[in-house]
Amino acid sequence: MKTFRIGGVHPAENKLTADKPIRDAMLPKQAVFSMFQHIGAPAKPVVKKGDKVKVGTLLAEAGGFVSAPVHSSVSGTVSKVDSVLDASGTRRAAIYVDVEGDEWEESVDRSGQLVRLSDRPELDSKTIIEKIKNAGIVGMGGATFPCHVKLSPPPGCKAECVIINAVECEPYLTADHRLMLEHADEILVGVSLIMKAVGVSRGYIGIENNKPDAIKLMTEKSQAYPEIEVVPLQVKYPQGGEKQLIDAVIGRQVPAPPAIPINVGAVVQNVGTAFAIYEAVMHNKPLIDRIITVTGKSVSNPGNLRARLGTPMQQLMDECGGLPADTGKIIGGGPMMGKALLSLDVPMTKGSSGLLIMNSKEARRSAPQPCIRCAKCVSACPMGLEPYLLATLSTHAEWERAEANDVVSCIECGSCQFTCPSCRPLLDNIRVGKQTVMGIIRSRAAQAKK
Amino acid sequence: MDLILLAVIVLGVLGLVSALVLFYASHRFAVHEDPRIGQVAAVLPQANCGGCGYPGCSGFAAACVKAADQGSLDGKLCPVGGQAVMEQVADIVGLSVVASAPKVAVVRCNGSCENRPRIAEFDGMPTCRVQQMLGMGETACPYGCLGCGDCVAACQFGAISINPSTGLPEVDEEKCTACGACAKACPRGVIEIRLKGPKGRRVVVLCNNKDKGAVANKACKSACIGCGKCVKTCEKFQAITLENNLAYIDAEKCKMCRKCEEACPKGAIHGFNFPPRKPAAPQPAEPAVASGTTQQTNNEKPA
Repeated sequence: MKTFRIGGVHPAENKLTADKPIRDAMLPKQAVFSMFQHIGAPAKPVVKKGDKVKVGTLLAEAGGFVSAPVHSSVSGTVSKVDSVLDASGTRRAAIYVDVEGDEWEESVDRSGQLVRLSDRPELDSKTIIEKIKNAGIVGMGGATFPCHVKLSPPPGCKAECVIINAVECEPYLTADHRLMLEHADEILVGVSLIMKAVGVSRGYIGIENNKPDAIKLMTEKSQAYPEIEVVPLQVKYPQGGEKQLIDAVIGRQVPAPPAIPINVGAVVQNVGTAFAIYEAVMHNKPLIDRIITVTGKSVSNPGNLRARLGTPMQQLMDECGGLPADTGKIIGGGPMMGKALLSLDVPMTKGSSGLLIMNSKEARRSAPQPCIRCAKCVSACPMGLEPYLLATLSTHAEWERAEANDVVSCIECGSCQFTCPSCRPLLDNIRVGKQTVMGIIRSRAAQAKK
Repeated sequence: MDLILLAVIVLGVLGLVSALVLFYASHRFAVHEDPRIGQVAAVLPQANCGGCGYPGCSGFAAACVKAADQGSLDGKLCPVGGQAVMEQVADIVGLSVVASAPKVAVVRCNGSCENRPRIAEFDGMPTCRVQQMLGMGETACPYGCLGCGDCVAACQFGAISINPSTGLPEVDEEKCTACGACAKACPRGVIEIRLKGPKGRRVVVLCNNKDKGAVANKACKSACIGCGKCVKTCEKFQAITLENNLAYIDAEKCKMCRKCEEACPKGAIHGFNFPPRKPAAPQPAEPAVASGTTQQTNNEKPA
């Protein structure tokens, strides 16, 4: 069975919610829409206080090419355009909507009927990308990179295949797994839409073999699509990383930055994104909801919820049995790459794939011990870097050497820190180095332009 | 015997040839350095802190000599050695220096444990830079001091330390050389290098919060809420400006009347090194004389 070549670790899977069907979360009383739900320029609000909005109404337009619009996921009145403490841990611009009823924009087709690509022969690449762009779709795996940008390859690059990321290598999370089991047909149409948009005739869906039911179902359903192949993959973290997935599925390695996947002819999209694309193109439904896994060993009723964007995390928690008494950390996303939330008042965004509760024992970080030079971090790094060295260079502010040692290639997967027997805060330090070096590179480029 | 003689001769000849080559090379490739650079470098403190803006003391010495050749030492200041060292440098290069006002590092945050409640606990790498990357930090103020002491680590002179009771850094004005290493190390730009002021007296807004009043007020009891009362009080001297919901006192324009300090409803403005206010003293005729009813809360002894 295939997997990526360099590094990787095996954290405990803890997929507690794999057999819990997706259920609809309740409508919130107030929805809060952050203007920073994607990577790139923030969205620009186009509504003002007192405006009436429906489900699917445009709230904010894209603030540039690498940006995405934001639509209302609820109907009601805009109560204020202000700021909110979001999952990033900072206060940023946001639109508040007080919910009244559940009225949808007429343009959205809510029939739920399966529309195949053959039913809509008039769709061409340009229309599909335009629809995706207007629907505000971003990478749903958590990176939230605007989808239309990835589907518009820069001049000189030619896509050869589309790879769908259905790996879900983060422990605990099962949102993509459940989506595949319940919406396999829609996902396959979504994949063919992506393939048509980038003009390729080869598609792969990479699934880790800890989801045998999903592999079986997707393989069965994909019989009707000869150009799409389901690729079962060996379980290994971080297989869901774009570069690792490309290596695992088609055996090509993406060179160090500034090279991107398209340079080796691959376009990678998350399986959740494929589903959102299907809904946007075939049913005119902008990105207004997503599946989120609310989980944790101490959570009394964990599950996979289809929740409207902007719903406060507190409400999702309440629907899953409330916040357990002994809570040490609340994490937005998975345990490996997720970020601790400052409170449960933060709203759900396009990239919220999970809400994980850790008890105080699980959340505790051990005191760092001196490095024993075991090189476990070097073996674990999926990018072939030397984490112990990069972390040390960062603490000593040796930015030039950190750059020479490719600190910007780090994908921040946390494998090094996970595997370190001395519990050293490797990734914390590497992040500082990566951020600083990227700043240096940017200012150098700006100076060269002058 | 022959063997020893042979070895002595061969090695002797080799040594002679090498000496000639070295002699030639030392003349051919000699670098003529202005002897004054060495002399200037000798009087500098050799802290190599970079506070002057040059790469270490020898870099500064070279810059001074170069500037002297162009006729003036303006803008050159060794913050560590101060005026005394600059006079020595001026003597060496045969110029006089223009006196420059001494400066000091000021921590513009008063978010002590009392004023600024903690909303979370940070258990990662205990440095401000790491904490800053993760967002707001332990308090609800995204602009204030993070309290992990990156500035303490950056200071070569032991002039800054964290006060355990407030959780905030404190500057020892005697030791501070205003080299600016702490200001550079602070990821939030809380520390400002400011004019020390006459007799070390200065009035400073001890807040860096640019949030709207309501938000800032919720995060910290002593945050500047941008109400603008101080700006109105200072209409005569125009020393205070309000930008992004944050007041700033221009040290050059400030006349040290301390009226803004009294006007501030949040107690965000502090006077440093003023003598204790006399209780129930009559209103001052001169704005420079400090008086009032409240005890000042500065953390330094009068200079």
